[in-house]
Amino acid sequence: MNFRRDVFQAIADPTRRAILLLLATQSLTAGAIASHFQTARPTVSKHLQILTQCNLLYQEQNGREIHYRLNPHQMKEVDEFIAPFRKLWDDRFNKLEAIMQEHMKKQNPNQ
Amino acid sequence: MKLKTQVHANEGCQDLTVTREFNLPLEFLFKAYTDAELLAQWMGTTVTKLDCQPHGGYRFETRDKNGNVVFSANGTIHKFVPNKTIVRTFEMENSPFDVQLEFLEFESLTPETSKLTMHIVYRTITMRDQMLQLPFAQGINMAHNRLEEIFKTNNYE
Repeated sequence: MNFRRDVFQAIADPTRRAILLLLATQSLTAGAIASHFQTARPTVSKHLQILTQCNLLYQEQNGREIHYRLNPHQMKEVDEFIAPFRKLWDDRFNKLEAIMQEHMKKQNPNQ
Repeated sequence: MKLKTQVHANEGCQDLTVTREFNLPLEFLFKAYTDAELLAQWMGTTVTKLDCQPHGGYRFETRDKNGNVVFSANGTIHKFVPNKTIVRTFEMENSPFDVQLEFLEFESLTPETSKLTMHIVYRTITMRDQMLQLPFAQGINMAHNRLEEIFKTNNYE
C-alpha cells in the first residue's frame, strides 16, 4: 500500500523530533543516528522509515554509505505556525469524542 | 490521517476560529462542556469549579506528581444557552497572557453528529500570534529536553 503518512504523526513522537533536531545541522548515517539513542537500532530504523515516508528526510548515497538529510521544504509544513496549534486542538477533540462515545454507551447499553 | 479540526486565523487579526465536527449527538457534545467529571477527563486537568450559568465561572488546575501546580486557568461564563451557546472568558493564571473571550456555538448536523464553532478573541494581534505559536514552541522545547537527556545519559557533554 502506497500510504503517505501525515507530517503531524511524525512530529508527535519525541524521538522523531529529536532525530529531526539532530539532522538540522548535519547529515548522518542510520548507525550514527542510532548511536545517539538508547533505543534499539531497529526502533530507530522504524522512526527513520516513518520520517522518510513523510518526506521529512531523504536518503543520500555517499559512496557505500547512505546518509539521512533533512528536507527543509517539508519542514516548512511543520513550521507553518498554525499547524501545532491545530494538532493540539485536534488531539483534545479526539479525546472528547472518544470519552463521550464511551459515556454514551454506558448510558444506553442496549444501543 | 486528515485532521478533523480546522483553524482559521487571518493574518493581521486578533481573533481566530476553531471548528470541528463530532460523531456525537448534540446533547453529548454539549455535555462534555458542562459535566465537570467528563470535562476533566478530556481536558486532562482537574476541574476545581464549574458553574454553568450567566455570571457563573470555572477553574482548572493541573498538578505534577509532587503536588505542585503546573497549570491553572479560570474564566467567567457570560452567556449559557443549553445545547446552543456558551460565551466565556479564559485566562491562564501566572502567565504573561491576558484574558481572552470565547464564543462557543454548538449545532446539530444529524441525530448522530454535531458541530462546534469556537471563536476566540485576543487582546492584541501579537497576543493571538503568540498563543498560536505556543504549542510549536513547546514541541521544540520537549525535543530539546529529550536531546539533553540523551546526551547526558550517553556522556556526550
